[in-house]
Amino acid sequence: MPDLYQQFTTSFVGRQLAPRLGLPQPPILERYRPGQRTVEGAVLVGAAPGGRLVPQLAKVLKDAEAEVWTAEGELREAAGEAGLSPKIFSVNGDGSSAAGDQRFKALVFDATGISDAESLKALHAFFHPVARKLRPSGRVIVLGTPPEDLDGAARVAQRALEGFVRSTGKEFGKGSTSNLVYVGQGAEDQIESTLRFFLSPKSAFVSGQVTRIGKGGAVPAVDWEHPLKGKVALVTGASRGIGEAIAETLARDGAHVVGLDIEPLADDLNRVMERIGGSSLTFDVTEDDAPQKLVAQLKAEHGGVDVVVHNAGITRDKRLANMKPETWDQVIAVNLIAPERITAELLKQDALHRGGRIVGVSSIAGIAGNNGQTNYATSKAGVIGFVDALEDEIAAAGATINAVAPGFIETQMTAAIPIGIREAGRRLSSLGQGGQPVDVAETIAWFASAGSGGVNGNVVRVCGQGLIGA
Amino acid sequence: MPETQTVRRVAIVGGNRIPFARSNGPYAQASNSDMLAAALDGLIDRFDLEGKKLGEVAAGAVLKHARDFNMVREVVLGSRLDKATPAVDLQQACGTGLQATIYIANKIALGQIDVGIAGGVDTTSDAPIAIGEKLRKKLMAVNRAKGNGDRVKALLQIRPGDISIEAPKNGEPRTGLSMGEHQAITAKEWGITREAQDELTVASHQHLAAAYDRGFFDDLITPFEGLERDQNLRPDSSLEKLAKLKPVFGGPDGTMTAGNSTPLSDGASTVLLASEEYAKANGLPVLAYFTDAQTEAVGYVKGEEGLLMAPAYAVPKLLDRHGLTFDDFDLFEIHEAFAAQVLSTLKAWEDPTFNKVKLGRDTPLGPIDRSKLNVNGGSLAAAHPFAATGGRIVASLAKALDEKGGGRGLISICAAGGIGVVAIVER
Repeated sequence: MPDLYQQFTTSFVGRQLAPRLGLPQPPILERYRPGQRTVEGAVLVGAAPGGRLVPQLAKVLKDAEAEVWTAEGELREAAGEAGLSPKIFSVNGDGSSAAGDQRFKALVFDATGISDAESLKALHAFFHPVARKLRPSGRVIVLGTPPEDLDGAARVAQRALEGFVRSTGKEFGKGSTSNLVYVGQGAEDQIESTLRFFLSPKSAFVSGQVTRIGKGGAVPAVDWEHPLKGKVALVTGASRGIGEAIAETLARDGAHVVGLDIEPLADDLNRVMERIGGSSLTFDVTEDDAPQKLVAQLKAEHGGVDVVVHNAGITRDKRLANMKPETWDQVIAVNLIAPERITAELLKQDALHRGGRIVGVSSIAGIAGNNGQTNYATSKAGVIGFVDALEDEIAAAGATINAVAPGFIETQMTAAIPIGIREAGRRLSSLGQGGQPVDVAETIAWFASAGSGGVNGNVVRVCGQGLIGA
Repeated sequence: MPETQTVRRVAIVGGNRIPFARSNGPYAQASNSDMLAAALDGLIDRFDLEGKKLGEVAAGAVLKHARDFNMVREVVLGSRLDKATPAVDLQQACGTGLQATIYIANKIALGQIDVGIAGGVDTTSDAPIAIGEKLRKKLMAVNRAKGNGDRVKALLQIRPGDISIEAPKNGEPRTGLSMGEHQAITAKEWGITREAQDELTVASHQHLAAAYDRGFFDDLITPFEGLERDQNLRPDSSLEKLAKLKPVFGGPDGTMTAGNSTPLSDGASTVLLASEEYAKANGLPVLAYFTDAQTEAVGYVKGEEGLLMAPAYAVPKLLDRHGLTFDDFDLFEIHEAFAAQVLSTLKAWEDPTFNKVKLGRDTPLGPIDRSKLNVNGGSLAAAHPFAATGGRIVASLAKALDEKGGGRGLISICAAGGIGVVAIVER
């Protein structure tokens, strides 16, 4: 839902006034509606010579029934091998094109073939002619090779992609997003869930992000309308706000959601769970025996769990000079220690199914820090450490662990922020607005998807490419 | 069907048409019936058909008044043919003329008739305009009412806002886009340039002008309403002149102009077809034989395929049935609805990806020899009165093959609704 300022700038009067006064005009972002195609509109695909992802990319786009365009030549023929018959986008010598006013919903570029700084100009060659041809809420996706897997000039060039993607995110506007996906060697078959996420309106508020995809074992057949069909998902703090949106989104994707919250919020929790056909659990996750009891109950009632979202979180803001030790302890206990202990207990009791997904909820505060939030920022930075620390162990168990780091999201919590700071939080981002709880939920659903076995150890910001913490 | 049924060769004896006129030009006062009658009259003269009873006359018009439901039979009744000659109205958008030819040819091939005429006519100057749907429904209610009281009550239901007219639209009912707008999308999708379209257009005008100059049309056309040549023909057409035109389809950056698209136009054409025995017995010439045909259609509503791309699918099917390749053809008649339509189709046939994915062919059908394409001009120069185009092409191609002393020709016509009609003519 647009905020008040957006309602004004998109009204008749606002549309006239805003440009004259030089006011920002945040676009209304497209969001996913069940049943719609992954990407509705033309997708222009390009590749630097020697790229290794085109066959897989073509296969995904064909399965997603996307309208694909490419230049003539090798790339188009490679797409033909995958059963695609792309439409032709050719650029004349003078930069014009027979495609005239054709616009694109997404621009996807396989940059894995870029092996040195000189060949980075393939980015310019592909994106320059279409820099003004991206439709509102458009998508830019650049695919590369993780620099750490490379040496020398190739490593330098692949690392350089980040600067390009972050800049197009700021430049293209109109609600478009721009993201970089590093695909490890041998992980080519793992890209589908990630590509679909970044192509679709599900990633409406995710921009300027770098994701790494590694080998994730055999990719199961995924029903993309219901990628969590038959899965059990535990969502802590599910009674309201972002947690409620997470529960709803995972349920939409087919999961049976087990919502957890503290006793005082049981009524809210029950209402949410009733609506989405989930089950309720009331626990205080900071109590000593809570993790053990919780996991035992999950095993008894659901035979274990597939997806665990450590969403429960609290703020107790105070400048450090005024902060009592209890205030510090409460925040660290809920936000960081509880996820650690629950996860450890899940592994100990072998309750996390193969193909399991652990998702932490960090925060932009954990990346950038925040005045009056030493305790909160410490806990949220700790969530990033939690992902890093468990990445290998969880992968060995055939599961994944990742985290989202929400930026300014429109919730009761952010509504309480004083207006000056609130407006700064909203507008100082590439998308010029706050995100919705569902934007965080969609990102978590992507991590949770049965197709995301190769997505491990990532921390993805859901911040509309906010300037804070960038 | 008796077991002894055989298929006979179908001879194309000849054709006659009136010159094609631009919309609201010299034929503005002529109805479809007038024009079809004029074309038929010339054919009767040319082949001495006066008083003869033919197997059947099949023709049609795309834009037709409701009162003309039996137009072709009425035209036959008004002609010098024997009044016992049956007739049928057919309609398949721009494929009408060729489809009428297929209809007559099939009946001859099966021995159901020995001789027949195929044709088509269209006017955009005398288009059928209907009253608005609201008014029509209320008038129908008046018509149904019993007694004067009810009739007045029903009449009083009519409001000023109900009074409107409905003109035929040159658009696809399911997409709301005109044919030109559809083709503009296809042109973009195939990367067809403005220059290539203009080049094809110039060639069309030059070829048609040359054909007139050497008298090619002398026995294919009868003048009508003072017009002796196709009014749209611009013998002095050039790339420079065409380059000055503004795009009319595909937005300001579009490549399709009034020059490289066919204009709305008026005209009629006819073709005389017969069995070989009939032609021999009646002393009629045989220009060529109508060998076979194929009609295909594509889904286009959701952008699955271009509206006018069905011929790209119909041709390979027809060629495969006869074990032929493009190298086996001496002439190609590809209807130039838009220069971009011809170029998109040609590009598709050459494109390995299209051939593999859409046609399931490992090797592309390949390019055609451009020097064999529309050698006596195409619709861009002659213009395109929808249903009259098929007859123009069949007669011209048959004559061109006869002139060469033999050979094989391919006809390809795209039509609204995602339809394509193609045929092989041989001598």
